[in-house]
Amino acid sequence: MAYTKRVDGRKFDELRPIEAKAGVIPNADGSAYFKQGNTIAYAAVYGPREMFPKFKQNPKKGILRCFYSMMPFSGSGERIRPGGNRRSQEISMVMMNALDSMVDLSAFPNAVVDIFVDLPQTDAGTRCVAICAAGIALADAGIPMKDIISSVAVGQVDGTVVADLNYNEEAYPAIVSDIPVAMTHNGKQITLLQMDGEISKADLMKALEMAKIATEKIYELQKKALKEKFTQE
Amino acid sequence: MSNIIARERDIVIPGEALAEGMDFLPGENTYRESDKIYSKALGLVGISGRVIKITPLSGPYVPKIGDKIIGKVTDIAMVGWRIDTGTAYSAMLNVKDATTRFVRKEEDLSKIIGIGDYVMVKIINVTSQNLIDLTMKEPGLFKVSGGRVIKINNQKVPRVIGKQGSMITLIKNKTNCDITVGQNGVIWVKGTPENEMLTVRAIKLIEEKAHQEGLTEKIEKFLNDNAVPGTVTHPATSSATSSVNSSEEGEMN
Repeated sequence: MAYTKRVDGRKFDELRPIEAKAGVIPNADGSAYFKQGNTIAYAAVYGPREMFPKFKQNPKKGILRCFYSMMPFSGSGERIRPGGNRRSQEISMVMMNALDSMVDLSAFPNAVVDIFVDLPQTDAGTRCVAICAAGIALADAGIPMKDIISSVAVGQVDGTVVADLNYNEEAYPAIVSDIPVAMTHNGKQITLLQMDGEISKADLMKALEMAKIATEKIYELQKKALKEKFTQE
Repeated sequence: MSNIIARERDIVIPGEALAEGMDFLPGENTYRESDKIYSKALGLVGISGRVIKITPLSGPYVPKIGDKIIGKVTDIAMVGWRIDTGTAYSAMLNVKDATTRFVRKEEDLSKIIGIGDYVMVKIINVTSQNLIDLTMKEPGLFKVSGGRVIKINNQKVPRVIGKQGSMITLIKNKTNCDITVGQNGVIWVKGTPENEMLTVRAIKLIEEKAHQEGLTEKIEKFLNDNAVPGTVTHPATSSATSSVNSSEEGEMN
């Protein structure tokens, strides 16, 4: 039994409906809202500000810090303990690595830029949505960046390569793989690549090609969200 | 073969291609990679001759020599005051740059400027590590007393001032308030309490609608609609005495 029809009726390369908005949190220096299907993320950027604890300061360039967190009832309905856990620490770290290469903080030695991403509702693909939201928020905050990072999950469900898996597909009772990918726009350089499950080499190549097209779609939406904030109503 | 991809005054996002070919030069907030020039910030494209630059629409205040800013005293050291500039970096105001009068060796510096006071100061030096030196020994620099201090995004400062100070003169005339704008986005407003409130609302409105056209008319209408009864408004005569404590970089969309 091959996977011929997706659980929510999408085409194999079709993304879930996406909404993006910049500047949603007035007190933050930059912020964004990013919704992909049932996964929602709010990102807030603060800084550059003074780095504490002081021993973590870097006198050569500023530091980027990420804080990813899923809200207590954001998942299936089961309460998750609020605050950090091992999973959120890891995702914060991979997010930071994905964004850091394109952010240029050489003009802000000893300073830090903090990104807080909160997810009030989740349905798979949270780290990708978090990176997309963080990308918009960083640009909104006016942080110098070489490029905007767009991110999407691709993968394989029972032998079929698909883009942007939702939770039902991730939990599909067959061999499934979930590959979050983050890419720059101009060079299509990969800044995040993780994998859960198993996939053949041919399918992986196919999935990454699919990710290129999918991140391009997301990039256009990120661009639109940023420009909308500054065009007249 | 060189050509410009972006047009003048277009809004671009980081990583957007602005021009291709080696005939153009990357200016502020842009960078070159192979033969293309890309944007490095969210802002408006400016093309002057062969140089392409980006005027940012948002972003942190970057201290520059000669800028007049309003800062808050956070600490007192042996030789002067530590001032919060509203950036990631605090600044130092040395005793010798703070006052013309003689300060004895053991004198209590908090008697001159206390912790929590606001000061209008000028930046005299910025190092590569963004260590900032300040001075207060110039006309138009003073310790702030009374009134209220608000903070706006520093990129909106030119809009608050307006072309040749048109916007700030308008608000001053309509509200009878003294307004001093620091380049770091800190604004000091002094007048009657009602007029101070109105001024703060007007400035917040400018910050919110900074990228829109016809802003001066909108603010004039807002000030007329919400005018505090009993305020004697001055005609254009008072603009001669108004002190705009900032470089007049105001520009209209």
